[in-house]
Amino acid sequence: MFAFIARRLLYLLPVLIAVSLLTFLIASLLPGDLAYVILGDQATPEKVEALRQDMGLDQPVWWRYLGWLGHVLQGDFGRSFRTGQTVLQAVAERLPVSFELMLLAEIAALAIGIPLAIACAVKSGTAFDRFMTGSAFGMLSVPTFLSAILLIYLFAVQLHWLPATGYVPFSEDPIGNLRCFVLPALTLALGEWPVLMRVLRSDMIATLQEDFIAMARAKGLKPSRILLVHALKPSSLTLVTVTGINIGRLIGGTVIVEQIFALPGIGRLLVGAITTRDLIILQGVVLVVAFGYVLMNFIVDMLYAVLDPRIRHGHA
Amino acid sequence: MTGAPLLSVEDVAVDLPTPRGNLRAVDGVDLTVGAGRTLGIVGESGCGKTMLSRAILQLLPRKAKLSGRVRFDGQDLVRLAPEALRKLRARSLAVVFQDPMTSLNPVLTIGTQLIETLQEHLELDQAAAKRRSIELLAAVGIPAPEARLMQYPHQLSGGMRQRVAIAIALSCEPKLLIADEPTTALDVTIQAQILDLLAREQRRRHMAMIIITHDLGVVAGRTDEVAVMYAGRVVERAPTHALFKRMHMPYTEALLAAIPKIDAAPHTRLPAISGRPPDPTRPLKGCSFSPRCRYVARRCHAEKPLLAKAESSDHEFACFNPIHVEAGVSA
Amino acid sequence: MATLELSVSEDVIVASVQRTRRLGPLFWTATGWMIFVFAVAILAPVLPLPSPTDMDMLERRAPVSALHWLGTDGLGRDELSRLVYGARISLTVGLFAPVIGITIGGALGLLAGYFRGRFETLVVGSMDTLLAFPPLILALAVTAYLGQSIFNLTCILGVLGIPAFMRVARASTLTLARREFVIAAQALGASHARILLRELLPNVALPLVAFFLLGVAVTIVVEGALSFLGLGVPPPISSWGSMIGEGRESLEIAPQLAFIPAIAMFLTVLSFNLVGDTLRALTDPRQGAL
Repeated sequence: MFAFIARRLLYLLPVLIAVSLLTFLIASLLPGDLAYVILGDQATPEKVEALRQDMGLDQPVWWRYLGWLGHVLQGDFGRSFRTGQTVLQAVAERLPVSFELMLLAEIAALAIGIPLAIACAVKSGTAFDRFMTGSAFGMLSVPTFLSAILLIYLFAVQLHWLPATGYVPFSEDPIGNLRCFVLPALTLALGEWPVLMRVLRSDMIATLQEDFIAMARAKGLKPSRILLVHALKPSSLTLVTVTGINIGRLIGGTVIVEQIFALPGIGRLLVGAITTRDLIILQGVVLVVAFGYVLMNFIVDMLYAVLDPRIRHGHA
Repeated sequence: MTGAPLLSVEDVAVDLPTPRGNLRAVDGVDLTVGAGRTLGIVGESGCGKTMLSRAILQLLPRKAKLSGRVRFDGQDLVRLAPEALRKLRARSLAVVFQDPMTSLNPVLTIGTQLIETLQEHLELDQAAAKRRSIELLAAVGIPAPEARLMQYPHQLSGGMRQRVAIAIALSCEPKLLIADEPTTALDVTIQAQILDLLAREQRRRHMAMIIITHDLGVVAGRTDEVAVMYAGRVVERAPTHALFKRMHMPYTEALLAAIPKIDAAPHTRLPAISGRPPDPTRPLKGCSFSPRCRYVARRCHAEKPLLAKAESSDHEFACFNPIHVEAGVSA
Repeated sequence: MATLELSVSEDVIVASVQRTRRLGPLFWTATGWMIFVFAVAILAPVLPLPSPTDMDMLERRAPVSALHWLGTDGLGRDELSRLVYGARISLTVGLFAPVIGITIGGALGLLAGYFRGRFETLVVGSMDTLLAFPPLILALAVTAYLGQSIFNLTCILGVLGIPAFMRVARASTLTLARREFVIAAQALGASHARILLRELLPNVALPLVAFFLLGVAVTIVVEGALSFLGLGVPPPISSWGSMIGEGRESLEIAPQLAFIPAIAMFLTVLSFNLVGDTLRALTDPRQGAL
């Protein structure tokens, strides 16, 4: 088991290095501009040159990259020249918000997708199944921001049940906090459930035709047990993979939702950094996000082995 | 045999709709099995014997249409309510499938698959169910039964897996056990062990048993009665010793001849039955075996023979041109 | 079922039925809509529409009327006309960006799948690194640095699509390169270029085209999202996304301003998805359809 984990971790290293390099390169596209941006109105050729030397911007790219990487490995991601906050501080503030959003969104998507998938698998071929599968396909063509507008219109504008924007920290007011997340999480969930539902449905239909299901029926087990224990477990592999990949994707995908619903998460931080040309924050956040994504894939690999004991023992 | 039989299959037919037309897998079969007695159902692949077993167990695929009656222990299983049928399973009616690699759930432990059956039907608590599971595994000849409970099917050998499947089937003391090709997926060396295990348990528990196989050799000496199936019908039926002593159906004779004999000269050609089983979507007007039969006559192509009694009332066969040979093989 | 000798393969029956059902009325309606939108967008200047930029301050957020078939927006501009001109922008980006993806990604995938070895590892590795970045964030970052313009937007969205097309092309090439007709060509002494261009490319092109249509759908959505936030096409140019973004302001008093372009976008994306998905199912070499 440990050999398995160790092998996977080793593969992670070159990917992480490549990611950090790419992040740095993107952020350094036009180094000259940075000095101009910082100085703003007060930019004169002498001041720009002085600042460039000061910040080490006149050094070759690879030198700056190594310097930056060195700092990063010591935990120093830099400091925003706008707000004075260190990158880590800013990220630590915003990350929990994004996490809460991602988690609630994925839970909602599973809560919609799993029961529908099971129902469709059991009733496969019927009108209900065809309708649901069709709706799932249609739902995939609805962009996130469209769902957002629709939900805002329905629940905030018309029914006044939920707030359209805003955020309240959990520590202050748990209920209020959750209310702020309902619409955003639902928006994301509406885009996620079709994939989860289709994947699970297809796996379950295949599993339900297996001999061990006939055997479970022959043993006279309760239908609910057959479905939820005997059929669901072997069918969940692809579902877990897809859920993991989804959560990984969501790391960057919360940008739009956070903007629309004014949630102070990572996405919003990023958009802010872009519009204000805050290079340091931009670099740091992109790095954190990309790392998170790679890590997520790794965790999914591990979960896979847990779910299917055959993989653990190297059989499948 | 006193009283009504435990299982009575009455004119059961199974139809399957396919894109090429209706497929009649089972074509009007009558069978009985008495309590504590063993029946062997023998036939080639595709003769409908597995479909028949699924019909008896009420485990047919969704699209299949079943007609006829399956009377078990006084109740007609075909018309029984689903919940009542479910309660009957394992306690009265159990099954062992052909391939234990696919009939055991690969992601659940052996223990779970044993214990859940016990808990469902016998309402034992966790500890009692665990003890009983260990007893069962020991009874079917599995060494270190306690350790096995935590293992997964893929960690056991083929023979062990089938023993587990048998343990599961026997766990609630069923009245009837159906073993569908129980040894076909196993090594030849293990086959005899498994068959002996089944026979032993059957005698001990005074359980009725149906063994389904394509190999006449399997049923010799291990069953009380044999039914030979071909193309969805029973073509010969007799007490085992009577069948081996004196066969009537040419098909049965051909089946027997196809078994390799240990005292035959080396390199003797195995007399395989020429031709192939008929296409079940295109039933023949006459006898289904006629295209391959050595003794075929004109009448065989024109009419379908019905099961008729031979010299004794419990020996039946369906043939216009039966053989009258004493096979001289002791069962 | 393993023990069933007479197992009737239900999957085969279902699959063949589905294949014929797929080219049914839904498919053709979707194709029709695609062509319709495309035609309207191209013919926009010739159509009898009021200018999309003429503001009529007295008729702001007007309802449907004979003069304005879909009403007017918050600045009194004709909604139908804006919708049609918005289609031009959305479709321009939507169609040209995947072109970048299919040409570069397709070529890379074809070469990687054919030549294998270290070249393939390099290509796959760099694509994986690119994929490690959330695409939206990358697009935002790049447009922020290079400036917002239709050209920049198209380029970055195109580049973001390269890994996906590369994968499709490579997967198809890997399957096809082992088939008899390629081995036969190699035996006849054909050059690499000849095999690539005349044997492999025509067959790989089919799944790529199917994927292209799906790429168009995705691009319209991504461009729409960026424009919705004001970070896509530069104002005052408007695509459907920008219209929806503007419509959001008037959600309480005139919701149709957001929903009309939303419906147009939904129908268009749905059509591309439907047609692309159907074609993909029909042309996937792994299913042996060819």
